Amino acid sequence: MIDNGLLVQMLLGALLGLSVYLPLAAGQLSLATPAFYAVGGTLAALLSTRWSALGATAAGTLPLGSLVLELVLGGLLAGLLALLVGRLVLRLQGIYLAIATIALVEIVRVAILNLPFTGGAVGIFAIPQPFATAAGYLLPALALLALAGWVCQRLELMPLGRAMAAIRDDELAARCMGIDTTQVKLTAFVLSAVLAGSTGALAAHFLNTWNARQGSFDASITTLAFVILGGSRTWLGPVVGGLLLTALPELLRPVGDVRLVLFGLVILLGPVLAPQGLITPALLERLGGWSLNRSASRTTEEAQP
Amino acid sequence: MIEALLQLLLNGAASGGVYALVALGYTLVFSVLGVINFAQGALFSVGGYLTFLLMGGKIGVNGALPGWGLPGGLPFWLALLLAAVGSGLVGLLVERVAFAPLRRRNAEPLLALITSLGAGVVLVNLLQLLMGAEGYAFPHGADALGGLPDALVIAGARIRTIQLLLLLISAAAVLALSLWLERSKGGRALRAVAEDATTAQLLGINSEAMVRLAFVLSGALAGLGGGLIGVSVSLPGPYFGIGYGLKGLAVLVLGGLGSVPGAIAGGLLMGLAEALVPSAASGWRDALAFAILFAVLLLRPSGLLGRRTVEKV
Repeated sequence: MIDNGLLVQMLLGALLGLSVYLPLAAGQLSLATPAFYAVGGTLAALLSTRWSALGATAAGTLPLGSLVLELVLGGLLAGLLALLVGRLVLRLQGIYLAIATIALVEIVRVAILNLPFTGGAVGIFAIPQPFATAAGYLLPALALLALAGWVCQRLELMPLGRAMAAIRDDELAARCMGIDTTQVKLTAFVLSAVLAGSTGALAAHFLNTWNARQGSFDASITTLAFVILGGSRTWLGPVVGGLLLTALPELLRPVGDVRLVLFGLVILLGPVLAPQGLITPALLERLGGWSLNRSASRTTEEAQP
Repeated sequence: MIEALLQLLLNGAASGGVYALVALGYTLVFSVLGVINFAQGALFSVGGYLTFLLMGGKIGVNGALPGWGLPGGLPFWLALLLAAVGSGLVGLLVERVAFAPLRRRNAEPLLALITSLGAGVVLVNLLQLLMGAEGYAFPHGADALGGLPDALVIAGARIRTIQLLLLLISAAAVLALSLWLERSKGGRALRAVAEDATTAQLLGINSEAMVRLAFVLSGALAGLGGGLIGVSVSLPGPYFGIGYGLKGLAVLVLGGLGSVPGAIAGGLLMGLAEALVPSAASGWRDALAFAILFAVLLLRPSGLLGRRTVEKV
């Protein structure tokens, strides 16, 4: 039921979930991820179809090194855009920030639809393939996810990550403690954009065609749902949420047209049934305690009267 | 030249009126709960399809019951009114399913964004199951508008009657709602809940009932907008309300979250600005609303007519 193609899509979903998670970990509800994803994907699609130095062949193949270069460039361009936009929008708070980022997504979507070189409604097609089969994409997708997960894990121990958590809990208090909140929020926003941009660059090759529909308002909310349903307190939550929610519509395909109704019901009922999401810090602690300190905790339990 | 300009301004004002309806729907819910109901766009679609069915439209070949339709069509006015009532009831259902359970648990307001959008996804896809993904055109001609001619000639300019009706009906709805909020006992109670739900409760106002009322009114406004746009243009598919829902969101922020006059002014401004985009650049029209929104958010985050709020520590 789950083939290699779906596995790659699930990994891409997990990456987008992490991209939404990063600003949220600093308390900023940004829905801009699909805009940066679209920017990265469009850049990769343009470069590999137009720039012959990348080595795309007539048969539609592409050297692996060019893919890596595109991932870097896609991330950089998205990060640059985030740096410009972030300085302006991060002054806004809560729902205002969310709406401003929705506006960004819509502006980017309409721009890709109307710019003279992005192929209009049809988009850019026949994007060269660095791999012959879907299975080939598993490796770069996994590598990107491992890198992103490692960064998120490291963040929890680094001053930057601690500062993000402090802002999330209480921005005013964090500022009083001497944290440069603007800088920390901007860093989280740019990191999120870089990740989304690289993910878009990979997705453009995987999907073979790229158009304005890749980054829309629907995607904003779906990617937010990855984080909310997976759990927004640890980086594993968005990964699990992204994997599961990307697979769900495909796994529901046998039930036919009702599947999108069921998908909507999951998004509707998920936060009601599990307000903290599936993966919570308490759950991880329990799992960790079970595997690492099983004997130790048993002795303390026995010691208690 | 004058004729073209007049036509342009009327078109702008007419779509501006519809944007104002949608934005007012958001405003009602936002003022009592402080959250945005992302199902608003889906309710807009529901209103459009209800109006179509009530006017005697038949379900197309891709729908669940091809060729089925209500026996006999209702006149335009009545269909629109009943569709608004129906959308209001669906709005109440959305509140019960997507908002009430979270409120009972004092959950994070952020979660309501997700649940309301989930409700919207369910509604739109149910519509798609029932009606199919195809577009529907309303019957045109004299009988469609209850005997009114298709076009009127005013001051030498030929104007589509439906555009004029669009403007008049949305203006009437907005005016009635503002008067009701300002003058009536129920309207005062709703505003009291918006100001401070706990205090309102202590004063003997049933806050929960007022929240439900806000959702019914908000759904009815969206449904009215959907019906009007459906009759005036067409129903391009179940997702057509989502775009209007997003524009309404832009208008909401443009006017200031929670401000009724702001929503009206913002809607008209947005409609007129869009109408003035030259047709050569019409592809960019959809971005204009969000570009304006972006500028407003940065220059004046509380909106054009919103109140500045200072966070107390």
